Amino acid sequence: MKRLVWVYLCAAYAFIFLPVIVLVVFSFQDGRLPVPPFQGVSLQWYAKVLGDRDLMAALFNSALMAAVSSAVALTLGFLAAHGLARSVLPGSVWLRGLLIAPMTVSYLIIALGLLTVFNQTGVRLSLWTAGVGHVVINLPLCFAICYAAMGDHQKAAERAARDLGASEVQVLWLVSAPMLAPALLAAFFLSVTFSWDEFIIAFLLTRFEVTLPVEIWSMLRSGLSPATNAVGSLVFLVSVVAVVLAEVFVFRRRA
Amino acid sequence: MTAAVSIEGVSQRYGAALALDDVSLEIAAGEFVVLLGPSGCGKTTLLNIIGGFAEASVGRVLIGGRDMAGVGPKDRPTTTVFQDYALFPHMTLAQNVGFGLRMRGVSADVRASRAAEMLALVGLEGRGGRRPHELSGGQRQRVALARALAVEPDVLLLDEPLGALDLKLRRAMQDELKAIQRRVGTTFVHVTHDQEEAMAIADRIVVMNAGRIEDLGPPRQVYLSPRSLFSAGFMGEINKMPLDGSFGPLDVAGPGVLCIRPEAFGDQGLSLGMARVADVAFFGSYVRVHVVPVAAPDLRLVVHLPQGVQPEVGAEMDLKATSWVVLKT
Amino acid sequence: MTQAATERRVGWGLVAPALIWTVAFFVVPFAAMLALSFARMEGRAVVAAFDLGNYVRFFTEWPLFKALLNSLEITAVVTVVSVALAYPLAAIIAFRVPVRWQRLALLLAVLPFWTSYVVRSYSWLLVLGQNGVLNKTLLGVGLIAEPLEIAATRTATVIGFVHFFVMLLTLTIYANLVQLSPNYARAARDLGAGPVQVFRFVILPLTLPGVVTGAFVTFVLCMGDYITPQILGGNNELTLPQLIMLQLGRSGNFPLASALSVILMAVITLAYVLSARWLRLDRV
Repeated sequence: MKRLVWVYLCAAYAFIFLPVIVLVVFSFQDGRLPVPPFQGVSLQWYAKVLGDRDLMAALFNSALMAAVSSAVALTLGFLAAHGLARSVLPGSVWLRGLLIAPMTVSYLIIALGLLTVFNQTGVRLSLWTAGVGHVVINLPLCFAICYAAMGDHQKAAERAARDLGASEVQVLWLVSAPMLAPALLAAFFLSVTFSWDEFIIAFLLTRFEVTLPVEIWSMLRSGLSPATNAVGSLVFLVSVVAVVLAEVFVFRRRA
Repeated sequence: MTAAVSIEGVSQRYGAALALDDVSLEIAAGEFVVLLGPSGCGKTTLLNIIGGFAEASVGRVLIGGRDMAGVGPKDRPTTTVFQDYALFPHMTLAQNVGFGLRMRGVSADVRASRAAEMLALVGLEGRGGRRPHELSGGQRQRVALARALAVEPDVLLLDEPLGALDLKLRRAMQDELKAIQRRVGTTFVHVTHDQEEAMAIADRIVVMNAGRIEDLGPPRQVYLSPRSLFSAGFMGEINKMPLDGSFGPLDVAGPGVLCIRPEAFGDQGLSLGMARVADVAFFGSYVRVHVVPVAAPDLRLVVHLPQGVQPEVGAEMDLKATSWVVLKT
Repeated sequence: MTQAATERRVGWGLVAPALIWTVAFFVVPFAAMLALSFARMEGRAVVAAFDLGNYVRFFTEWPLFKALLNSLEITAVVTVVSVALAYPLAAIIAFRVPVRWQRLALLLAVLPFWTSYVVRSYSWLLVLGQNGVLNKTLLGVGLIAEPLEIAATRTATVIGFVHFFVMLLTLTIYANLVQLSPNYARAARDLGAGPVQVFRFVILPLTLPGVVTGAFVTFVLCMGDYITPQILGGNNELTLPQLIMLQLGRSGNFPLASALSVILMAVITLAYVLSARWLRLDRV
């Protein structure tokens, strides 16, 4: 029984890591195609990728859009969660349902809807239009996380602050936000993660300025190339390092 | 069914710490034994070892004369009532109670009738179709008991089962537990930190502290004639007066501690000299009086006097005790 | 103004921005898309109309309807296989791996999540392609004489999907398993249940709601995905998302694309309604 368990575990991990290993190994391919046989180690593809203007621009666009759209989503979501948690509003169940609804809809459909509206109103496609879409998909997430994090402890502190004369803005900025900092950070990082890797909305709602996943997609159109491997490996490496750093900081804080 | 339990020289290590230190205990078949002690004294560890959830580092456990070494909880003639009941939320009460029988391959009809029987035994007749979340805490506890007894174990282990109930309910359940145990005749081993609970239900109390057995015996004996200072203090409030040599008619070889229960003071018995009343408080069923003995002004004794007596602060009274114990430190 | 009224005003003020955004950029677009689905194409122009032409086309033209069937079949297979592979993995990590290493084991099981989704599917193309790692290895070892044609078929799409969803489901099922109080298993063992019985009567039923939720998420994501089938599936058997994107491309047939999207949403909503019974968490 124990043997079977080990075999399954190893087989599962092998299956999970297979494509990533192939990706990374052949990013060092000294040759034109990222397929066997492996012809030797070369850094040429990494050099090509890092020197590619379009790719670097796309990378910058992705980072910018992820940060900005996540910040907007977090702000809107936090305010809404705060509003619903502190005041008894009529139909709050429906409000909550509406704010969370976009989470259940395919990104393709959200993108198509926005594309329809932008076409009909003559709005030009750009990073801004894609950013709008990203806020739509991340707002429900931020709202849900903030709403779930609001508890009696923090509500009591807010009541005390109001009692001592703080205005609503001051309560939000000096009491609510700091107390909910862990949830806010989690929501922000989760939104950044989703936005960073998001393809279909960015693909349909941008024209000239593109994000990284869209740029990689066009690379795929021109066939297999170790350059794509290099980009993928770099993205993977950066993401893993970011996660490790987050883990270390979280652990440090807990200890 | 029922069986005797023999614990022989059991020790249990957790890393560098010793959870149980050479514990030996004989429990007779059909006895209601209570393991009593503060948190960390080893009582739950001992219970787990009897139940097979932990293996003793040293020593052995025999149930009904059989050595339980290497025998898992599944195959031991014991069942456990857990502190959080652990009723299966996705099954009805009848299915919960019949679970152990199902594991033994008992047919559905027999299971159903036996489950109904057990639910009636614990006072939940006819509720077999309900689910755990529909019941109150006390009712769930009874279902847990019924489930554990349905398989007719030789030994029933109870891990602080009344801890989650409020006082009134706890007192009622204590009486019910005792009554059920008398009816089924199974050996019960019950863990608690509440000395009143122990006295209410136990045939014998095992007082434990820091992995050792401090005292052992029927409630009356453990309360009135404790064998150690810890046991004396744990069983209830007690006055401790250090002695050296003799004290009045008492003759003690070497240093010792004279222990007297607050309610043992009165106007008869061993005379301890005069004492001044420092403080009086009415406690309902008794009057609590703090006194300072004239002969030992640095001592402050607690005396419980009958309801009707109302001494004045500053007055002197003649201290006499009807029962006492002298213990070595 | 009364205290309560002020409170409500403030509350509305706080909720308004998010509400306006959701209505403006989610509800209105969806409504616009819905309206467009009832329009018609004449040449290159969209004619506002109210006819069911697009929907009729969907039900009567086989290639269109087939796309939905393809999506459903692929999604069904992917869901079943992914759950079947992920549950044991999650169970092994939760119950067999020492507690100290569980976090690491879980992290390793989902590490490939951090390659971009597009790149991840591309990597499977490298593995499954005609000159890919799998074929070259099998040929080299001598197990096959001709390269296997996996890439650009439904099989490749399924493999690509299963890879992703096994990671996702392992995460969610693990979270479910660890939340389970160990006392349930203890009680079952105490009453005489062997390991298989403990799993069958206690662990499986209590984790089923979580598994159903995970399966539903898999269904929704898989039905709506364009990337994996486009990279790995070739152009023979299109899925519904691929069909929708095709309408947007050359022909620019927005009305038809809208109608197909509405149909996709309807199918997903239907699935939700059908599975809602099991999606409700069991009260403990």
